[in-house]
Amino acid sequence: MTNNPNVLVKISNAGIQKSGKWLVKDVNLEIHRGKIVTIIGPNGSGKSTTAKIVLGLHKKIEGNVQTFTKKISYVPQKVSIDWTLPIRVLDFMVLTEDLKPQEINDALNLTGVDHLISRNLRDLSGGEFQRVLLARAIAKKPELLVLDEPVQGVDFAGEVALYGLIKKISETLNCGILLISHDLHVVMSATDYVVCLNGHVCCSGTPVDVARDKHYKELFGEKSSQLLSIYEHDHDHVHTADGDIVKENV
Amino acid sequence: MFDDFLFRALIAGIGIALVTGPLGCFVVWRRLSFFGDTLAHSALLGVLLSVAFDLNISLTIFTVSSLIALLLLRLQKTTNLPSDALLGLLSHSSLAVGLVILGFLSFIRFDIMGVLFGDILSVNVNDLLAIWIGGAIILLVLWFIWKPLFASTVNYELAEAEGMNPERVNAIFTILLAALIAISIKMVGLLLITGMLIIPTTMARNLSNNPKQMVILSIIGGLLSVFIGLYTSFEINTSSGPTIVVVALILFILSLIGIKKRNYE
Repeated sequence: MTNNPNVLVKISNAGIQKSGKWLVKDVNLEIHRGKIVTIIGPNGSGKSTTAKIVLGLHKKIEGNVQTFTKKISYVPQKVSIDWTLPIRVLDFMVLTEDLKPQEINDALNLTGVDHLISRNLRDLSGGEFQRVLLARAIAKKPELLVLDEPVQGVDFAGEVALYGLIKKISETLNCGILLISHDLHVVMSATDYVVCLNGHVCCSGTPVDVARDKHYKELFGEKSSQLLSIYEHDHDHVHTADGDIVKENV
Repeated sequence: MFDDFLFRALIAGIGIALVTGPLGCFVVWRRLSFFGDTLAHSALLGVLLSVAFDLNISLTIFTVSSLIALLLLRLQKTTNLPSDALLGLLSHSSLAVGLVILGFLSFIRFDIMGVLFGDILSVNVNDLLAIWIGGAIILLVLWFIWKPLFASTVNYELAEAEGMNPERVNAIFTILLAALIAISIKMVGLLLITGMLIIPTTMARNLSNNPKQMVILSIIGGLLSVFIGLYTSFEINTSSGPTIVVVALILFILSLIGIKKRNYE
């Protein structure tokens, strides 16, 4: 047991086997309120599996998962909507929790898709759909937010903005976030703790520690550890969707 | 008024259509069309068992169909066979077992056509009570599990992660389907119950853009099929169950005009 009231999830020595092969093994991880934990790793390294272990979606696991919250939001890696099911953004927003119209609008507004509220989910582009998924997850005001590659298919400017938004959410809602991503450069700058996964935990720590770790360099190459320093410089402005420069209020 | 067989048939039909509308939507959304067939085939086994052992027909059908449905959920978890193969396995084997049992029942006069196609015109007051009370319970339960059931239909893992217990609502939904088949078999019969579940629903899909609208339109489609189907079968002297389904089919074809129009907008 942990006595720290800020701990939302604690997994110890967690692993899962499928037909005699370990998908992931010996994962230790804690998610705290107001902090972002990012899992990085190559394809097939068990990132999504680890997220599902955290969410309790895998039943036959080794090790131990303790969850201290029930207010959980999840953005899965892939959501496909069957043609037989007519569903608008509005219907999707209240999928697991009833929300006031104002809350729905605010969340869609944050991810920049409030104009799509009465559109059908199947008519959205990949990037628009991701923004709706993220809006739905934050509209519930969760204590724990699990995001499995939340910005896939989003244009680059939007990607940076959405990572900024995720950072802001962790502060304003004081919720713990588990983020899975392979956008090393952006992620590394907006994370409190990084877990580098390749079937097991290769290395973990603050972004700076991980970037200097030799396992990380082996996994992602020498160049990737320099990415961090490139992105450590400060921006003093942001761009709007049509390219205008806006001074950032710090 | 309840003495009039046509009136009783109409009341029974309305009761069935009110239930097949919403349940049919979930059947179609979850790609369970074939599952309805499987349950209907297992219902034949239920009918025969009830005749052989002199049991209450609706209760026996409900029990056998529920058992087969839960067996399917169990097999899905324990084997790696795809669902359609499992459905085929259960569907054909329960039908075959039913027909083998029928062979032993040669001493009983048994109207298999009645079981296959139903006879809405022979519905009595007890059947009406079974349909309306049973139907009301089904709709009430569906109302309670609507949100978690819908969420797990859209995305199972998302629903489970956010605490909606999809496994339990799936099992409940399956039992509701078995119950629907138990109360409606006498009326529309085995072969037509899936038609009533699916045809008005697919018609509704062509015309709707959100889930609630689709449920309402499929109820309306079902009601229209019952009204027009019963009236027509009475006027031109055709069997009522199939006529109802044929009307549903015609409504579906008409709805294609709606979908065409929408696609060109």
